[in-house]
Amino acid sequence: MTDVIDSSYNSYLTAFTETPDSNISADWLEPVREDARRAFSRIGFPTRREEDWRYFSVSPIVETPFKRATEGPGTLDRAALAPYSLEGGIGTQLVFVNGAYDASLSTIGELPTGVTLTTLAKAIAEQPELVKQHLAQTAKFDNHAFVALNTAAMGDGVFFHIARNVVFETPIHLLFVSQAGAEATVSHPRNLFIADENSQATLIESYVGVGENVYFTNAVTEVVLGANAVIDHYKVQRESATAFHVATMELTLGRTANFTSHAVTLGGSASRSDVNAFLGAEGIVCTLNCVYYGNDRQVIDNHTSIDHAFPHCDSHEIYKGILDGKSRGVFNGKIFVREDAQKTDAKQTNQTLLLSDDAQINTKPQLEIFADDVKCTHGATVGQLSDEALFYLRTRGIPVADARNLLTYAFASDIVSRIKVDALRTQIDRLLLAQNDLEGVS
Amino acid sequence: MLEIKNLEARVESKPILRGIDLTVKAGEVHAIMGKNGSGKSTLANVLAGRDAYEVTGGTVTFEGQDLLDLSPEERAHAGLFLAFQYPVEIPGVNNTYFLRAALNSIRRSRGQDELNGAQFLKLVREKLSVLHIDQSLLNRPVNEGFSGGEKKRNEIFQMAVLDPKLAILDETDSGLDIDALKSVAEGVNTLRSPERAVIVVTHYQRLLNYIVPDYVHVMLNGRIVKSGGKELALELEADGYDKIEAETLEAQPALV
Repeated sequence: MTDVIDSSYNSYLTAFTETPDSNISADWLEPVREDARRAFSRIGFPTRREEDWRYFSVSPIVETPFKRATEGPGTLDRAALAPYSLEGGIGTQLVFVNGAYDASLSTIGELPTGVTLTTLAKAIAEQPELVKQHLAQTAKFDNHAFVALNTAAMGDGVFFHIARNVVFETPIHLLFVSQAGAEATVSHPRNLFIADENSQATLIESYVGVGENVYFTNAVTEVVLGANAVIDHYKVQRESATAFHVATMELTLGRTANFTSHAVTLGGSASRSDVNAFLGAEGIVCTLNCVYYGNDRQVIDNHTSIDHAFPHCDSHEIYKGILDGKSRGVFNGKIFVREDAQKTDAKQTNQTLLLSDDAQINTKPQLEIFADDVKCTHGATVGQLSDEALFYLRTRGIPVADARNLLTYAFASDIVSRIKVDALRTQIDRLLLAQNDLEGVS
Repeated sequence: MLEIKNLEARVESKPILRGIDLTVKAGEVHAIMGKNGSGKSTLANVLAGRDAYEVTGGTVTFEGQDLLDLSPEERAHAGLFLAFQYPVEIPGVNNTYFLRAALNSIRRSRGQDELNGAQFLKLVREKLSVLHIDQSLLNRPVNEGFSGGEKKRNEIFQMAVLDPKLAILDETDSGLDIDALKSVAEGVNTLRSPERAVIVVTHYQRLLNYIVPDYVHVMLNGRIVKSGGKELALELEADGYDKIEAETLEAQPALV
């Protein structure tokens, strides 16, 4: 068994070292990638004996001979993107196909002075100092195989920088589309978002799949917020049904920064999301919300970690899962409150709706509190649709199947209604209505 | 319209209804009174089809159909409406969406065209103005964060929109102050018609000052032990349930 895995590591590494993404290249970056390669060789793919990977088997990923896609930009047209596009609603949309930037499908509206929105490859060439300062600094790869793999094999992604005091009100949509051919392909999107002091912006990441073939997305997003910066972040995961999706978002937040993320996870055969926030200054507000919807044999694994290192920081977290068929959900939410982090206000909730007898959730809130003047609450509920509510709807004439769908939709819409970008909220709302065989309100 | 014969029901293994007989004709208003635990709310819920209760005997015919054979939604399609004692909060579903889904389900079941958004809004605005209910109710999630009075008024509003043949009000007066009680009663009265029957289940006589019934029935230990006109409610108010209990015990000791 060990031998099999070892040879898999080598094939993974060989696949990328032999055909590196030629766009992502710089003298200073090579040692970083070499370190990551070594880290990946050393730690290897996680096994289910490791607590953090207990419910997520990486075997299907390890056993599939993924290759970097050779075809990308130019293979899709706008019509193929229509179900995922927010172009009409918000204007600015960067499209990546199989890990490579597709300029012809992208639209970048007018950007105010102080805003840089470009590919990571271009940023490495054009502003190496700023990139060097932050790239691979927030997302540590020495204990996470997939971050190490992403760093070693780093593909293109989005570089966003907003300068001090600049407010950019137009949301930015980053659309990562995968379309595998007969051979299973992998992409390693790498994003870097930097918001300087007192700036404000909204970023949406979508990961979607077109077609039926197997592919693997291994994304890493690093986010750095300066003092008092405000970022509204959204992530939509609509990978195709046979795809694998592993993503890590690492946050470093400055004094009184405000970071809010809403994630909607619908796709993939197996998906894993890690969100790690380091609250390394006073007065930070960090909100992580998510709704996930599993069916068939989908596995949806969410890990979050919020590290309160300074006083007067708030963190709010609501993860809501709907699990049908034989799907499995995992929620592991760590909250650390260090000794100095007095007056911390941390709330964490994981609610799961199990729609079938075969669906499963493994939920584990993990609070470690070393300060004594804090407010920390966590709660996990697992349930089925309320019999009371079902009966109420049925006595009004709503057939039982519709009543179930309506209540399921309502469970999710609690999170969806918090999405502030109208075009995105409408898109997700329609998806959920369709998924529940409900018609929209006209 | 409704004919209940020797209806028996139990929850888990405990008998609650022990032989109810009741006939309700179109245009009539019947009040069912009784102490807590007499079975009056159980009767209302059994008629609406709540599956926590097991019917162990008797028959219920509604508009010529075997009511007990129908699912809760089919009973609604047939024209039955239950105003809940405790209306259920449904976060995330707005009132308009809910009511339109309900009304269109009922219309579909009757082979009528569904109402589109505009037609539906016109209808609900009319009903709101008749019942003096604020339009803001429409955009709120069903019953969520509503006061007790708002919840009960919302039940009456739903009743007005769904236009049932038989409305059963289960302790719609409980927990209401006098102003809320009057406005709920006024709502019910505007909906009284020769085609519609109403069963008012209540613990207190006061509601019947405002919704004047044609018949009053007193329930005790799962049976109707006394029936009469509206004056029976006043008698009960004056003498309390104890007197009827004592009389019943004397006449039919097996009942208690």
